[in-house]
Amino acid sequence: MEAKSIFHSAVRKRIRKHWQLYFLVAIPLVFLITFKYVPMAGVIIAFKDYSVVKGIYGSEWAGLKYFQYFFDSPNFALLLKNTIGLSIYGLIAGTICPIVLALALNEIRNARFKKWVQTVTYAPYFISTVIMVSIMILFLSPSEGLINKIMGLFGADAVNFLGEPGYFKSLYVWSDVWQNTGYGAIVYLAALSGVDPQLYEAAKVDGASRFQKIWNVDIPGIMPIIVVLLILNIGNMMSIGFEKVFLLQNQLNINSSEIIATYVYKVGLLGANFSFAAAVGLFNSVVNFILIISANTLSKRFSSSSLW
Amino acid sequence: MNAKIRESMADRIFIGAIYIFLMMVLLAVVYPLIYIVSASFSSPAAVTAGRVWLLPVEPTLMGYTTVFKNPDIIRGFSNSLFYTGVGTFISVCITIMLAYPLSRKSFYGRRFIMMLLVFTMIFDGGLIPLYLVVKNLQLIDTIWALLLPQALAVFQAMIACAFFTTSIPEELAEASEIDGCSDMRFIFSIVLPLAKPIIAVLVLMYAVMKWNMYFDALIYLKSEELFPLQIILRSILILNVDSSANIQETLRLQGLKELMKYSLIVISSLPVLVLYPFVQKHFVKGMLIGSVKG
Repeated sequence: MEAKSIFHSAVRKRIRKHWQLYFLVAIPLVFLITFKYVPMAGVIIAFKDYSVVKGIYGSEWAGLKYFQYFFDSPNFALLLKNTIGLSIYGLIAGTICPIVLALALNEIRNARFKKWVQTVTYAPYFISTVIMVSIMILFLSPSEGLINKIMGLFGADAVNFLGEPGYFKSLYVWSDVWQNTGYGAIVYLAALSGVDPQLYEAAKVDGASRFQKIWNVDIPGIMPIIVVLLILNIGNMMSIGFEKVFLLQNQLNINSSEIIATYVYKVGLLGANFSFAAAVGLFNSVVNFILIISANTLSKRFSSSSLW
Repeated sequence: MNAKIRESMADRIFIGAIYIFLMMVLLAVVYPLIYIVSASFSSPAAVTAGRVWLLPVEPTLMGYTTVFKNPDIIRGFSNSLFYTGVGTFISVCITIMLAYPLSRKSFYGRRFIMMLLVFTMIFDGGLIPLYLVVKNLQLIDTIWALLLPQALAVFQAMIACAFFTTSIPEELAEASEIDGCSDMRFIFSIVLPLAKPIIAVLVLMYAVMKWNMYFDALIYLKSEELFPLQIILRSILILNVDSSANIQETLRLQGLKELMKYSLIVISSLPVLVLYPFVQKHFVKGMLIGSVKG
């Protein structure tokens, strides 16, 4: 008891001495609590029959009714398939491409050429989603689009890319690759510059070819960063890309472009079906949460890199 | 030189292949951008007939004059400037207010607050509960809906915190404390002047984020006069809607509408593109500070 009260008074003294710092932190904390933690508590409406008149706390309990609706609905399998398919496809392409670019750039000794490639490939990252989708629609238009024009040179027939459900995932993923590869490569390049030069010397002495150096020195050298970024991306798997998917969606490709996030928006905000949409959203967040925790646990066990 | 001579044939072929690969990457990124700019300066007829390949064909400024005649676009542009300016200011202030105290080892409770931050990265309440919070605060359809809910970005706060931890020694704060300097005064006369690089990083990251922001306006705003540029762009470029009858009149000219889209893409990306060389340097710096920590 004695030790505890001494500890408490010491803490109190420290807080009193630095009250100005606590005052500063209080303001951003209000933001954090209001817009992150209050909504987390607000997920209880997924278990209630939310009505605008009665408010969150006044509404009746509904149990798991809305989850049941969702799991039983014919949309469930389709939404899950589209969401997971799009994420995994994007995760694979979005992880490999920046690594390949960084490894290639790392081999270049001509500093000016290297800088050029970096500057140019980085630029599309700053294009907004709305503009990116507009560019895609303009380029992919079956009548005037650049892509069909180029394909026409080779005698191919015009294709309405955005109207075909089969093309949707690839269009989404590869336009992302076009936009984000240069940005993604930066971290890997920085990691590559930190690889121990002695390892390269040793590889040279052993008579390793350039490719063997990449395979046996570069890639193991940046593995920890690859794993950490992969975990982070897995954690975002279920939540990425609402904006872009929503903007690319049309009546023709809806069967492969409807994902959980766009569905929540339509049912919840456009259809004012708050409890049902909140249940769908919560399902999404929980799956996300499980994914990130398991990815982190696995990586801790097998590679000793972890987020926390 | 020596190393070069000793390089084997296979290695030289390999490095040649890498150069070719990078040239192709360069081309794949640059060509669409050049095409858009060239198309935006071409004549409507050349754009619709698909005669533009690399350079502007029959150069005109018609696309641009059409864009500037549209009152919606002008209003959206100035709204976006406002949201970006004020939003960035608020965000940078609260990010630093959070990050600096968290970087102080003597700050009791920093680990708890850190945990609160990290947890928001792995669990999220979802769209609907957040919407209801914003609604209950009566922010729907006000400018505050775009300024407040996304004001604090956890990733940016982490970067700033990492910067303060590494670049402002704890001893400095302790020494000034002994000299009777208050925390506030220390922040204003020591921390902020030293924090210029991280402030630049934060300003640019937030500004780009806010200029490109679209989703919040979509869900929170209803009045057209509050719409940021991205919403206007969507209705013109993606939904093909023209609200003003006046413009419809002009657009009856075949092809002008297509042309205008290219010009609009160029104009709306301009603020970011002008800053690009500057932005890039600072973005890279910010990413690297972030990755040291991660």
